[in-house]
Amino acid sequence: MSEQSQKTSNELPPKLMGEVEVVVKEKKLNKANAEKLLERIKLEYAKSKFEPAESIGIIAAQSISEPATQMTMRTYHFAGTAGIRVTYGLPRLIEIFDAKKEPETPMMTVYMKREHNNANDAAKLAEAIIEKRVVNVIDKISINLNENSVELEILDKRKSDSIEKVISGNIKNVTVKGRESKIIVSMKVEDIKELQKLKEKILALQVSGIKGIKNALVRKEGEDWIINTIGTNLSDALSIKEVDEKKTYTNSIHETATVLGIEAARSVIIREALRTMQEQALDIDVRYVLLVSDIMTFSGDVSSIGRYGVAGAKTSILARAAFEETIKHLVRASIRNEVDTLQGVFENVMIGQVIPAGTGMFDLIVKPDEEK
Amino acid sequence: MVSIFVDGRFMGETSEPEKMAANIRMKRRSGAIPYQINVAYNKHLNEVRILTDSGRVRRPVIIVENGVRKLTKDLMDKLNKGEINWDHLVKTGIIEFLDSEEEENTLIAMHDSDITKEHTHVEIDPSVILGLSASFIPYPEFNRGDRVNYGAKMVGQSIGVFASNLLSRADTKSNFMIYPNKPLVKTNAYDILPYNSHPNGNNVVIAIASFDGFNMEDSIVINAGSLQKGLLWSYMVRSYEAEQKRYLGGQEDVIGIPEAGVRGYAGEDAYKHLSEDGISNPETSLESDQVIIGRISPLRFLGTMDRFVTGLENIRETSLRLRHGDHGIADRIFVTDTTDGTKLIKVLVRDLKIPEIGDKLASRHGQKGVIALIVPPEDMPFTENGIVPDIIFNPHGIPSRMTIGQLLEILGGKVAALTGKYINAPAFSSSSEKELREMLREAGYRNDGMEVMHDGRTGKMYEGKIFMGSAFYQKLDHLVSNKIHARSRGPVTLLTKQPTEGRSKEGGLRLGEMEKDCLIAHGASLALKERFDSDKSTISICSECGLVAMTDKIKNKKICPIDGESKIVDVEMSYAFKLMLDELKSMLIYPKLVVKED
Repeated sequence: MSEQSQKTSNELPPKLMGEVEVVVKEKKLNKANAEKLLERIKLEYAKSKFEPAESIGIIAAQSISEPATQMTMRTYHFAGTAGIRVTYGLPRLIEIFDAKKEPETPMMTVYMKREHNNANDAAKLAEAIIEKRVVNVIDKISINLNENSVELEILDKRKSDSIEKVISGNIKNVTVKGRESKIIVSMKVEDIKELQKLKEKILALQVSGIKGIKNALVRKEGEDWIINTIGTNLSDALSIKEVDEKKTYTNSIHETATVLGIEAARSVIIREALRTMQEQALDIDVRYVLLVSDIMTFSGDVSSIGRYGVAGAKTSILARAAFEETIKHLVRASIRNEVDTLQGVFENVMIGQVIPAGTGMFDLIVKPDEEK
Repeated sequence: MVSIFVDGRFMGETSEPEKMAANIRMKRRSGAIPYQINVAYNKHLNEVRILTDSGRVRRPVIIVENGVRKLTKDLMDKLNKGEINWDHLVKTGIIEFLDSEEEENTLIAMHDSDITKEHTHVEIDPSVILGLSASFIPYPEFNRGDRVNYGAKMVGQSIGVFASNLLSRADTKSNFMIYPNKPLVKTNAYDILPYNSHPNGNNVVIAIASFDGFNMEDSIVINAGSLQKGLLWSYMVRSYEAEQKRYLGGQEDVIGIPEAGVRGYAGEDAYKHLSEDGISNPETSLESDQVIIGRISPLRFLGTMDRFVTGLENIRETSLRLRHGDHGIADRIFVTDTTDGTKLIKVLVRDLKIPEIGDKLASRHGQKGVIALIVPPEDMPFTENGIVPDIIFNPHGIPSRMTIGQLLEILGGKVAALTGKYINAPAFSSSSEKELREMLREAGYRNDGMEVMHDGRTGKMYEGKIFMGSAFYQKLDHLVSNKIHARSRGPVTLLTKQPTEGRSKEGGLRLGEMEKDCLIAHGASLALKERFDSDKSTISICSECGLVAMTDKIKNKKICPIDGESKIVDVEMSYAFKLMLDELKSMLIYPKLVVKED
């Protein structure tokens, strides 16, 4: 270890130092006492560190999975509950650590900028961001076979113009005409099937709102008016001028990673995992979750804990083969002439040797020449 | 128009579905069409469903017409006198069977008093919602539902009299109770079913109290005096069979005492107790792994030379032994022939099972427990009348589980014991607590069932009063003597050289994946290595090719089949790993071990 890192590793993290300073000020300690306090804290801090060769990975895994087994027993008791279904409990925890591309119930928490932080603006925004498709704004839709056209009856006549624009803007080779409460979309076709396809296409067109936002509810949280959404689209939400881009948050790890970067994704993993545990009144130390989230994100991409992620990235062939897809790993290793150096824990358990962890990490080295 | 489906197949349409369904029902009740047919008009689906197939769950209910039940007093009298029977009631349309579909079209009253003009049926009795096992539970409606469920499950595990002809049966394994009782607190099911010939437990005097903490966590303190008098005694009978098989080439097994010199001969002592026909005599006491039936068989796989060798070296000992861990006394012995004409011998071995520490007992209310302490009767608490409980049950078992039925049963049992009359407590129509208390008071006891008690060891009076009464207890088929197991050294499997699995094979207790993780988490590397050393072996590895070398015993030299007399290194590894290397080779993967010497 270099002298510099040796020095810093014995020092306290800035946050803890700040706390010490506050205490010193409040208790009006003199310099000698303050020094004494600092020494004592340093000692305690050093004591709470992990020892070399301690298997923190396994301890972290056990510390998370033990309360998780408690969850299995509780989670399914909520079967058949009506209302907004949110994935929580064990299924959500699995989702987080498996790094699923899309959460089962994607959600955003949208915060308002200070000048828009009021009920009115929030309600307006909530209404505006809900995704609306043509299906949601029409009364009737029918196919007119005589004129080769699709006829729409609009619920709110004032919106006719905008809907017409959307249709003509998104579908090619059609003529759009508005007549009283009707919009007639006609097309030159040879087959009726194409009209049917056109109808489907029109119905699926987005009229207003943000893509992917299925619902939005305004809620007051302390001083803040926030909007909870079902469905998530972080990049579009952040580009709205009333939205506070510093606080707005989505529960989708991958979306956060693409929009805000890997550090943000790491915080989402930590936040979501901890929240899921705390919802069930289970308490786990943050450090275990920190470790897991670090492992999941340190490569720069979000990788899952499992066969295609962290476990699949192990260096040892035997350890990978022992986990999942045994044959795949063995055959691949054989073709590529790979070498297993037997330096990991699992390989050594397998061959019946002392594992390089805990007391097995160290060897006694005697240098008889230097005894004098 | 409403579609009609018969057994799920579309059959036609009708414009008057209600009338049609009513018509079918009328015909069914009058006996014009079979009584197994059910019909349901499903309004919201616009369907009439007629079901005639097998496998539907159906239940009987009494028909009500215009607010009057069809099973009249008159008919009930006839039924009681035996003039008519159940079939008659079904055939004449007084009782009918409903399936789940038809049930949707009915309005079923629970009691006669609930019947209005709208009702179509009335339940035979509210307690018919319970199944066979659950209907053996007294006061079930005073318990939480899950406890009734557990209780019903445990009734099925109880040791009783499983068949009245048990003395002429030869089941592989069976248990039966020696001195069973009829419960003091019963339900209607005990009268309806032939329970008298299949009792399954004992009435015990139970005190709800603590006993120096020996009955914490659902364990039970039991009176040694009661056990000596036969409380909850049972026999376990296991049958062993040996066949005198015939093989190709005219050879056959011989049942008898094996001669010395036969392969696998266990020594003279092992066959001492066999009679000259090779079968242990009835009433012989047998220990674990002892020979029950002596037998020798010809060697199964004859090598080229073996074929010409006759005599003792070619005969194997294949005696039948008592299961590992079992004891017993040879009971009945059957000597008979199989359908193939070979000789078949069955020996039944009985073992007396007196309740001991670790045996599982349960009441009928899902309150199970394990015997934790057997107390001499003089040390048990006693009342001023000198009553000593058989069982002391921990009061902590009551509040969280809320088995009030258990408390009522104890109260009822006390009344029954004092008055000499059974207490009937079927679901939803049991005698009231008030009556029980009144009867207790009349018998000269406190009406709350509490007793002033004294400590048997000191004679001092307990400060608190103790709730005591009589309850029905079952002994469940989870006896420690059938489960207890330990091993230090012992047999290993041929393939992996690891310890065998299971009690009957004197197996080891597996230190599994998760336990392994715990050792790693503690950093106990050397303890972990020691645990997993069961199949440790030294394998010679050729340092050239990295494959397993062989030992030439004649020259006492290690050679590699590929590189000949190359440098060969002894490597210590688990045998399972060597096995894996072999398996890799079999799938054409070359696992080269790179070795170096220290």
